[in-house]
Amino acid sequence: MTTFDLDFAADYFTLFGLPRVQSLDLDSLSNSYRAVQAQVHPDKHAHAGAADRRLAMQWATRINEAFQTLKSPGKRARYLLQLLGHDPQIENNTAMPAEFLMSQMELRESVLDARAAADEEALDDVRSRLLSLIKQEYERLADLIDVTKDYAAAADLARQLMFQEKLLNEIDDALEAVTA
Amino acid sequence: MALLQIAEPGESAAPHEHRLAVGIDLGTTNSLVATVRSGMSVVLNDARGRSLLPSVVSYAADGSVDVGYSAEAKQSIDPKNTIVSVKRFMGRGRRDIAHIEALPYDFIDADGMVKLRTAAGIKSPVEISAEILKTIRNRAEASLGGELTGAVITVPAYFDDSQRQATKDAARLAGLNVLRLLNEPTAAAIAYGLDNSSEGIYAVFDLGGGTFDISILRLSKGVFEVMATGGDSALGGDDFDHRIFCWIIEQAKLAPLSLRDARLLQMRAREAKEQLSQHGEVPITVKLGSGEYVDLVLTTEVFTEITRTLVQKTLAPSKKALRDAGLSATDVRGVVMVGGSTRMPQIQHAVAEMFKQEPLNNLDPEKVVALGAAIQANLLAGNRAPGDDWLLLDVIPLSLGLETMGGLVEKIVPRNSTIPIARAQEFTTFKDGQTAMVIHVVQGERDLVADCRSLARFELHGIPPMVAGAARIRVTFQVDADGLLSVTAREQISGHEARIEVKPSYGLSDDEIAGMLKDSFNHAGDDSFRRALREAQVEAQRLIEATLSALQADADLLSTMERAHIDNVIAQLQAVIQGEDRRAIDEAMQKLSAATNEFAARRMNQSVKRALAGRNVDQLSL
Repeated sequence: MTTFDLDFAADYFTLFGLPRVQSLDLDSLSNSYRAVQAQVHPDKHAHAGAADRRLAMQWATRINEAFQTLKSPGKRARYLLQLLGHDPQIENNTAMPAEFLMSQMELRESVLDARAAADEEALDDVRSRLLSLIKQEYERLADLIDVTKDYAAAADLARQLMFQEKLLNEIDDALEAVTA
Repeated sequence: MALLQIAEPGESAAPHEHRLAVGIDLGTTNSLVATVRSGMSVVLNDARGRSLLPSVVSYAADGSVDVGYSAEAKQSIDPKNTIVSVKRFMGRGRRDIAHIEALPYDFIDADGMVKLRTAAGIKSPVEISAEILKTIRNRAEASLGGELTGAVITVPAYFDDSQRQATKDAARLAGLNVLRLLNEPTAAAIAYGLDNSSEGIYAVFDLGGGTFDISILRLSKGVFEVMATGGDSALGGDDFDHRIFCWIIEQAKLAPLSLRDARLLQMRAREAKEQLSQHGEVPITVKLGSGEYVDLVLTTEVFTEITRTLVQKTLAPSKKALRDAGLSATDVRGVVMVGGSTRMPQIQHAVAEMFKQEPLNNLDPEKVVALGAAIQANLLAGNRAPGDDWLLLDVIPLSLGLETMGGLVEKIVPRNSTIPIARAQEFTTFKDGQTAMVIHVVQGERDLVADCRSLARFELHGIPPMVAGAARIRVTFQVDADGLLSVTAREQISGHEARIEVKPSYGLSDDEIAGMLKDSFNHAGDDSFRRALREAQVEAQRLIEATLSALQADADLLSTMERAHIDNVIAQLQAVIQGEDRRAIDEAMQKLSAATNEFAARRMNQSVKRALAGRNVDQLSL
């Protein structure tokens, strides 16, 4: 019997034939995703037997999950850190530096004020400031994981970024409420 | 009408291998059926050369049923038993249906979905839709000269789970093998994209008789990727008719109307709307059964004014879809207009203004959905022509979640997730010794359960008694490629497992479908036993063919012993396939499926590996 180094249970990076890095090439990821999905998608097995169709759905589901995880820098970092044995433990570990918490609270207040005042412009402004901050932090995170390999510091930063992304979602919700 | 060339002449499958597959646009106002013939997607006409089938069903007291034009002719004579726009009732309760007071039907608020009392008995929207689909199926089989292998049925992208389930049930009731439920704007994108070899970001703006969808897609190298979708499953041309209808009543100061007069005015309202797409103003003159006269002139200005809020209702979801896709209007390369209602000038103007470009109207907005569905059906049936290698990645339109403490919704699958998708979440008990838990599945974007659609509610029993918070209950949502949900709940601690699969409460159970099928066959004098046997034989033959072709392609993945076992099980199935024993066929099929499970898994691994290897070679050669 033939054995495979690649199978359903392989980790997400291996599934797409990509290196385990945070600074992932998104074009390669996207190309791999399409190439694999072109093989496993249920549409490609619609005329096969029931067992094949079920298998195709399971594979396509896993590939979608893998793609969504690797596409987002936050999810990718958390997944990668788990693989590396440094789970950021988002649910359990909520300790954050006081300075970071202060800056977050200030941002959150300005979001709430802008929402109350239905000030779309102010919301857009906070949003773009936060976005550029997040972008910088992700560059620092990629450096911590791929270059200096300081996984403990990376896990801390990944937790903070999760906080900031949640705030970004709140801004989007506020924008939706204000523009609706 | 542009025809769709999807294969080089002579490249399509040889006639004897060609499986008959159709795409069906089951519309609110009209339905259509299309197929791929010699590499071209074409709409199939009825015997009199008409492409549209009015989605109207009329029941008579003797049990006879009219569908289409003949039913349409009865709508002002017998409005109570002549059902138009039944799509609006699919998977819907009484309180979901807009302007229900203005409708002439005798509604019964059955569990989940409404039913209608007609001269021929109580009918569910699923049964009424199945009548339309049966007529479509007969038309297709007469036109193609054989039994259909399968059909792709289109649904509004913004249809929720109950509406999708109801549509699939209707198709099964009509005796159709559903290859896939396909979102209408996605179908249009396939037809448009393949016809024009388009690349880039496209929006599909689909305003039909009763539903509105907006989808944002990325077309790239043969991949149709839906990035976001939005809409309103209760907004369409019917609402524009209704505004004119109300305007007429108000202007002509009419007394409360009889059912017939109401229907008559609704028909005049629709005609006036259609004429306004060509003319600046139209006269509306009606002599009512009450003896009252209507003599009015409706101008484009007035029509635009009384429907302004309806037009606005299409723009808000369009903006939201763009935001969900992370794009702005200027990123969109083209806006494809779909659905008869996009012919209204005020819609064209509003879309042009919002997307800052003239919308694309070069495909017949009424046919493009069926044409795209036919292309997808052809592919799914296995009639793939060489080079015909595109892939469709669609999304779920509305978030799925569970009720948690305090009537709040915990979202499990966010809207616009690419399907198929599975998500799991763990929950725990909140009382000491709690042994059961209610799991309430909802769909929608709001935070409160009361504001979302309830899809299913079930209880998980057999949780071992533990202190509060110690049990671990894992709830898994799986959404398949049709956008349909199944939910599994399992208690994980202590090795004890309790598990239940649910179907949405608005869908029909398999038993109910079987019962309806039996009733309809009794009525038609058909033999349900024969039919079930034939279906099993066809399915078994398909499984054998699929297995043989897999063996031919990848025999090297099997050891001699494994191969011998599979050959043996195939022989067993072949031995019973022509017999009369349906159970024996089912059992032999299950055995073959089980015998090839591992083989199928290895084949899939290999194809993934090859896909990646091929890609890496491409990269090296750059």
